[in-house]
Amino acid sequence: MTARSVRAGVLALGVLLTGCGGGTVAAEDPADDSLSGIVVVFAAASLTDVFTALGERFETANPEVAVEFNFAGSSTLAQQINQGAPADVFASASPAQTQAVVDAGGIADEATVFVRNTLQIVVPAGNPAGVSGLADFTDAALTLALCAEEVPCGAASATVFEVAGLTPQPDTLEQDARAVLTKVELGEVDAALGYRTDVLAGGDRVEGIDFPESAEAVNDYPIAVLAEAPNPDAAAAWVEFVQSDPSRAVLAEAGFQLP
Amino acid sequence: MTSPLARASRARQEVDGATGVPAVLLLPALLGVLFLVLPMAALLIRVPWSSLGSLLAEPEVRQALRLSVASASLATLISLVLGVPLAWVLARTRVRGRAVLRALVTVPLVLPPVVGGVALFLALGRRGVIGGPLYDATGIAIPFTTTAVVLAETFVAMPFLVISVEGALRAADRRFEDAAATLGADRATTFRRVTLPLVLPGVAAGAVLCWARALGEFGATITFAGTFPGTTRTMPLQVYLALQTDPESAIALSLVLLVVSIGTLLLLRDRWLMRT
Repeated sequence: MTARSVRAGVLALGVLLTGCGGGTVAAEDPADDSLSGIVVVFAAASLTDVFTALGERFETANPEVAVEFNFAGSSTLAQQINQGAPADVFASASPAQTQAVVDAGGIADEATVFVRNTLQIVVPAGNPAGVSGLADFTDAALTLALCAEEVPCGAASATVFEVAGLTPQPDTLEQDARAVLTKVELGEVDAALGYRTDVLAGGDRVEGIDFPESAEAVNDYPIAVLAEAPNPDAAAAWVEFVQSDPSRAVLAEAGFQLP
Repeated sequence: MTSPLARASRARQEVDGATGVPAVLLLPALLGVLFLVLPMAALLIRVPWSSLGSLLAEPEVRQALRLSVASASLATLISLVLGVPLAWVLARTRVRGRAVLRALVTVPLVLPPVVGGVALFLALGRRGVIGGPLYDATGIAIPFTTTAVVLAETFVAMPFLVISVEGALRAADRRFEDAAATLGADRATTFRRVTLPLVLPGVAAGAVLCWARALGEFGATITFAGTFPGTTRTMPLQVYLALQTDPESAIALSLVLLVVSIGTLLLLRDRWLMRT
């Protein structure tokens, strides 16, 4: 009995942690009869919510196809692909990571930039520390989170601080944009730099503050079918679907800029 | 103390050694060894030996290593102070709900460490059950500090010690304790003078396991303590970050962690564990 109660406890915690509702789905695109099987999409962590929603629409339009996602930091995904992970599509949060896969021979076609993302200051709901701009990140008394410079959101953060001529005093350098968001949502940091899309995904628990330097660090998101894709037809259909007008509307609603 | 029982079991072991291992056990055992050793061997093959020296001389790496060893040692110390008495309660008392208690304190063994990190936030974070009032009253925030690293490691590693020590306590000969009690020793004295020396090898084994687990801790640490050079970025976190940009140096760092772990295990084994 104890094993079962342990499992139940773990399950309950898991549900608590992942519990965000899925929206309703409306069918729109005409079904393509020739597509079937599973399409495996490796996508940047910042695409988690919007791709999950688009995946449901895609499956409704193509009942024979199941979309499976692997969301993680773009550099982790690029590594996994280069190690031979059986993926069909790579949607990266940075051209550098797509290039890493191209260099290893993992992408034959041209990758297309399908969305852009910019940074925003993220604070917990109500902004308890009264953060107003980038200059607050030099205040050592505040608890601040940034992405590590090794990952795309961190590289963008470094750029905006350089442009602003500021030296930030972060307390933690996180490994991806979602980890930063989690810490703001929990109210454990006073402010962080995250993607505008993550601020929207954070809902009521976080607030976003614009700052002018964000225009200097725009992240391009390339998407491409992989050379070794086990299901190239469905992969191409997904890449096309993501760039269709209805999908672009969903992406724009999630806070992405469209090229 | 060479009891007849111990002598008999040693004689049996020698007989087994002479007759050899049956094939039905040998093959799976060999496969098991291969499965566990091969990945580490692969790591060794890929180590960039030529640049190893310069990689390891980097101040960031030395800082991470020092932080890892210090925080794992502190976590082990806390685990010993709290875990040995806890193991005694689990092994020697007849408290109602002891089975539930054991399940509860060993949950961190099966809990994904990242979930453990979030749970620590909810308990000890600035808005946590205990951390909230603490922060409001004193302005002290635990997350993103070296203290948070030690706490995260303790949370994940202490159950290993508790289980080892409890097992040792259950296997220990109760008659010595009974004799001590008959001679007028109270339970605290019996524990200190009789029980503890009896199970010391088990405690040492548990402490080593606990230390090794703390040294490799990743998920709870990166969640609850964050990652910042010098204060919270331990070796496993450094390895993960290096993997993002420079797999070569990640492999070199992994080697260091491997060598430190194996070295410590061997050293302690010679010192203490041979007696078990």
